[in-house]
Order: sequence, then structure tokens, then C-alpha cells
Amino acid sequence: MLEARELTCSKRDRTLFEGLSLVVEPGELLYLRGPNGAGKTSLLRILTGLSSPDSGVVLYNGMDISADKTGYYQDLFYLGHKSGTNGSLSALDNLSFWLAQHNVSVPVNTLFDVLEKVGLVGLEDVPVRYLSAGQQRRVALSRLWLKLAKVWILDEPFTALDVKGVHMLEKSMKEHVGRGGLIITTSHQHLSETAGEHRVFDLEYRF
Amino acid sequence: MWKWLHPYAKTERAYQLCLTLQPWFWVGALACLSVGTVWGLAFAPQDYQQGDSFRIIYIHVPSAILSMGTYVAMAIAALVGMVWQWRTAYMSMIAMAPIGAVMTFIALFTGAAWGKPMWGAWWVWDARLTSELILLFLYMGVIALYGAFEDKQQAGKAAGVMALVGVVNIPIIHYSVEWWNTLHQGATISKFDNPSIAPEMLWPLLINLLGFAFFIGAVTTVRLRNEIVLREMHRPWVQALAMNKALNQQPGDAATASLKEGS
Amino acid sequence: MSLYQGIFKRDMQVAFKQKAELVQPLMFLLMVVTLFPLGVSPSPDTLQRIGPGVIWIAAILSSLMAMERLFRDDFQDGSLEQYMLSGMPLPAVSAVKVAAHWLVSFVPLLLLSPLLAMFLNLTVDMYIALVLTLILGTPLLSLIGAIAVGLTVGLQKGGVLLALLLIPVFIPLLIFATSAVDSAALQLPYHAQLAIIAAMLLLAAALAPFAIAYSLKVSQN
Repeated sequence: MLEARELTCSKRDRTLFEGLSLVVEPGELLYLRGPNGAGKTSLLRILTGLSSPDSGVVLYNGMDISADKTGYYQDLFYLGHKSGTNGSLSALDNLSFWLAQHNVSVPVNTLFDVLEKVGLVGLEDVPVRYLSAGQQRRVALSRLWLKLAKVWILDEPFTALDVKGVHMLEKSMKEHVGRGGLIITTSHQHLSETAGEHRVFDLEYRF
Repeated sequence: MWKWLHPYAKTERAYQLCLTLQPWFWVGALACLSVGTVWGLAFAPQDYQQGDSFRIIYIHVPSAILSMGTYVAMAIAALVGMVWQWRTAYMSMIAMAPIGAVMTFIALFTGAAWGKPMWGAWWVWDARLTSELILLFLYMGVIALYGAFEDKQQAGKAAGVMALVGVVNIPIIHYSVEWWNTLHQGATISKFDNPSIAPEMLWPLLINLLGFAFFIGAVTTVRLRNEIVLREMHRPWVQALAMNKALNQQPGDAATASLKEGS
Repeated sequence: MSLYQGIFKRDMQVAFKQKAELVQPLMFLLMVVTLFPLGVSPSPDTLQRIGPGVIWIAAILSSLMAMERLFRDDFQDGSLEQYMLSGMPLPAVSAVKVAAHWLVSFVPLLLLSPLLAMFLNLTVDMYIALVLTLILGTPLLSLIGAIAVGLTVGLQKGGVLLALLLIPVFIPLLIFATSAVDSAALQLPYHAQLAIIAAMLLLAAALAPFAIAYSLKVSQN
């Protein structure tokens, strides 16, 4: 269970949100909505522990994440605006290194299965910078199916994906929630029915 | 033990503190500096070796001591900001930085001016002068780093790291430059060393030291006030303050009359 | 592979795919050294006198250029974020990255050093001292430099700012390293200078990884 208590965040001396609290239970998909500049990315980064809030605390299963990060990070998968892949390495190298860092061991067959699922077969040896934006996004997303994390925090995951990709991701989200996983995501498009039931949280733009 | 300091983590309290301290600092600075400078430059006895030109120490020594002192104070403010996450700590740090740099420049300028009658050159690579020059670079680095960030809270944290790296390096730099100096200049006794100083010379020096310290305090409180108002512009207490100022300044103005009506 | 071996291997692989970025600082170093005979005097005695200082100054300047790539790519493409979410302690990750960067940036410098010594007419004794100071001093450049690189990695125009921040901090190293080589020229012992550089290196090795990790967190905001 992921809980945020009384979070306050300001960027460039502008308060984005104050005293914000929310709770997300396992088996829930939270759709974070709001206009540009409302603070969605900042909120997600605070929930992952990459940024610190001005005040307030984030709790995972009752424990403050700033005190104990390792337990939370074993269960967490985060995908932000940046893909987290190095352009001069191939998709295969990028994924292998990433898996090693996150201490996830996956048999080679599974790795290729996932690459096939995201439609990158034949492109796995090419340096990632030669792939299109959508393909690069798929490399980043493929990690979702390699690290079987309980908590998914995804910041605009549908960017650059084509219709098939969006459908595949939404289906995965529904399955993950069905298995008892927890998802927090933002998107500028509405989540379709393929994503299943979800709760909406609106962030307003504050002046 | 430091509980009395905690209210000043809030910008409003810090602002009020600056307002209270400011007049005292200006009065203190004016009093001490006028007494000390006039005493030192006009009335203190002549040095038996250097004649009247040594009088520059009444400006040089206080500014040199305080240039180091201000850097250490900046580092302490940075540490407080880092450990307790106080915005006012980072704001104080950047409020102090330019005045510390100016002190360093004064020390360099007066040090060089002192060198001219002594050694016939406007600049010598004396150990102390070189250390002061490097200190000036450290100040400029901190100020430049702060200015490079758009988000001023982030800027404070980054500049704080550099201030701390600098403060750890200051003793190392000082001793290495001193050692370098002995390698290249032989055993000339530095004119900046005053092993024993007559009391008639010491008093104006101490008074000027206090005067410069008050001056730094005064300028810092002004800069800190400005920084607080700039960063907290959208807070209600700042807007109330601005409104009060506008209302009090021009009572006969039609615009302020309408403001009065509005409030 | 162990976690940290993985980081090391990855950085090495990326470095070898960016060979141009590795060679350019070395070329810069060579060119700067060349400027001195041209701008000051080609007389062997003069060059021998200023040689140690010239090589060390050129090494510092070229290392400032090379250092920018330490965290830049990982910051811009989001790999740094993923490192921070991996559960590995960030100081350890930083230390491994700095080590990989040092190997890739400074070992070529060591290989180039005989050429530089020859250009500036250094004696064999001086050259030995130079190599010892480079071996002890260049890791110090990388460790302290990484702190400032971590702070400026998110800035647009980090380059000159990096130099402004780091040059004052590198001055003690410059003083002791050149003094060691100068002592070697006079056939005097220079253990003291090397010991001081080694002490600074140990201090940096102990503290810098934590400062680097903090700097990276500040840049991530």
C-alpha cells in the first residue's frame, strides 16, 4: 500500500500543491489528471523518492520510504519522461545492464520473448539512438515485463506509442491490477476501457 | 540548545529579525568605522619602520580577517540549510556572499597598495595576498553557481555544497600557498606579519574590525530582506507588507486613496 | 556479473563507443603544451624550468573538459534516475563511475606523458617524479571534480562554470605536484610532496563519493 501524507511541494518558488494526501491500495489503478504545470510529474517523483517534498512523508506498507529505500525499490518500477536507456548501446545491452543493476535475473529466452512482445525483434542489436522515438519508448517499457514489480509509477507512458502499443500497455495494466498490483499513472489521453476500472485524482493548477 | 534559533526557519520571522537588527548594525558600523578609521589614519603613532604607509592596516587587516570570517559563516549557513532544510539558511548564505567577496577585494586592493611603498611593485605574489586572491575565486564560484540555477531552492543547495567544499579547502590552500611562497621567495619576512603591536595601534584596529563586522551585518540584513521578499512574493504576509508600504508612502495620491477604499 | 562490475563494464562499453570524446581532451592537452615553446621560448633550459608546471596545468585544463561526460549522458537520458531507483547506494555507484572515468581519461594521459616530457626537455628523474605525481594526483582531480560535475550536470552552460569552481580547489595539488618534479630536477628527495598528495587523495576517496551522491540528488531535485 502506498500512502502520501500532507505533501507540500514548491518549484521555483511556486507552490504546486500543499497538504496533499492520498492512499493507493494493491489492486488499484490511480489515474492522475491535471493541466500542464499542475505538478503531476513532481508528485510522481516525490512518490518514487527521487525528489524530496518540502514537507510531508511517503509511506510504503507503513514504512517511510526515505528511511528504508531498498524494500520499496525492490517492488517499484518507475518510468519517467526520460527513457533511461543509453543511446550508444543496443537495446539488448541496455536491458541486460538494467536488469543487473536492479538485481533481477531473467533467462535469456524470456528477454527475447519480451522483445518480441514489444515488436523489437531484429532491432535488439542496433544502438538505441538509431531507433524511432516510439521504438525507444518500447525499449524502456519492455522492462515493465522483465521486472515483475508490484508498484508501477508511470509518467505519461503512452507518449510516442502507436495504437497497438497503447492497447498492449492498457491490457497489461488491467492484468497487473487484477493480480493485486498497484499502478499510478498520468496521461494526456483518457484511459480507455481496456485499462479496466480506475480511480481519478485531479491536480489543479495553482497560481 | 539551539531551540531559540528554530523560529527563524520561517521567512516571516527572519524578515522581522532583519528589520530589528538593521538600524543597530548601521549605527554600530557608522560609529565604529568613523572612530576607528580617523583614529588609525590620523592619530595613531607612526610605525618606526614603515612611517605613515602602514596605516593602511586599519583597513586591510579587518577586511582580510572578515573576508575569511564571512566565508566560514556562509559555510555554516550552508550546513544548517543542508541538515535542517531551512530556506532562510540558504538565503542568508547567498545574502552574505557578495559582501564577503567585496571584503576580499578590499583586502586585496589595500594589500597591494601597501606593497607599493614597501616593495616598489603594485602586486607581489606574497603568500597572504595569493591566498586572498584564491578566496576571491572561491566566492565568485559560489555566487556564479547560485546564479546559474533557475530554481533558487536548488541553487541554494548546490551553492551550499561548493561553499562547504571551499571551506574544507581553505586551510589546505592556505598552507600550500604559504609553503609555495617559502620555496620561491626565500626567507623574507612578510610585512603583513605584525608579531607585536603597540596598544595605541591595536585599539583602532579592533574598533575598525568591529565596525567592518557591523557593516557586513548591516548589508547582509538588507540583502536578506530583499531575498526573502523576492522569493516569497506570493505569500499573503509579503503582499500585506507591500500594501502597507504603498498606503503609507503617498497619502495624497488618488491611486492610494482608492487602495484605501478597497482594503 | 556483480552489481558494480556491471556499472563498470557498462561505462567502459559506452566510453569505447564514444572514442572521439576520449581523444579530444588528449589532443587539447598536446596542443596546450605546444603553445608554451611557441609563446614563451623554445630554449631547452626555459622549457625544463617551466615544464612541470606546464604539463600539470595542461592536465588540469584538459581534465576539466573530459570530466563533463562523467554524468552528463546518464543524467540526460534518465539512466541516472534508474540507478537511483535500483537500491544500490549512490555513493558506491558514483565511486565506480569515477573509477571507470579515471581509467579511460588518465591512462591515455600517462601513455602520452613521455612525449610531453620530451617536448619540454625534462630529465629522466623529473619524468619519474612526474609520473608518480600523475598517478597520485589525477584520481584526486577526478574525485573532487566529480562533485562539481554532479552539481552542474543539469545546467545548460556548465563548461566554464565547472572550470571556475574547480580551478581554485586544484591549486594545492598543482603546488605540490610541480614542487615534487622541481625537487627531482635538483636531485632532492620529494617523498614529502608525494605523501601530501597521497593524503589528499585518501581524504577525497573517503569523503568525495558521499558529496558526489548528494550533488547528484541536488541536480535531480
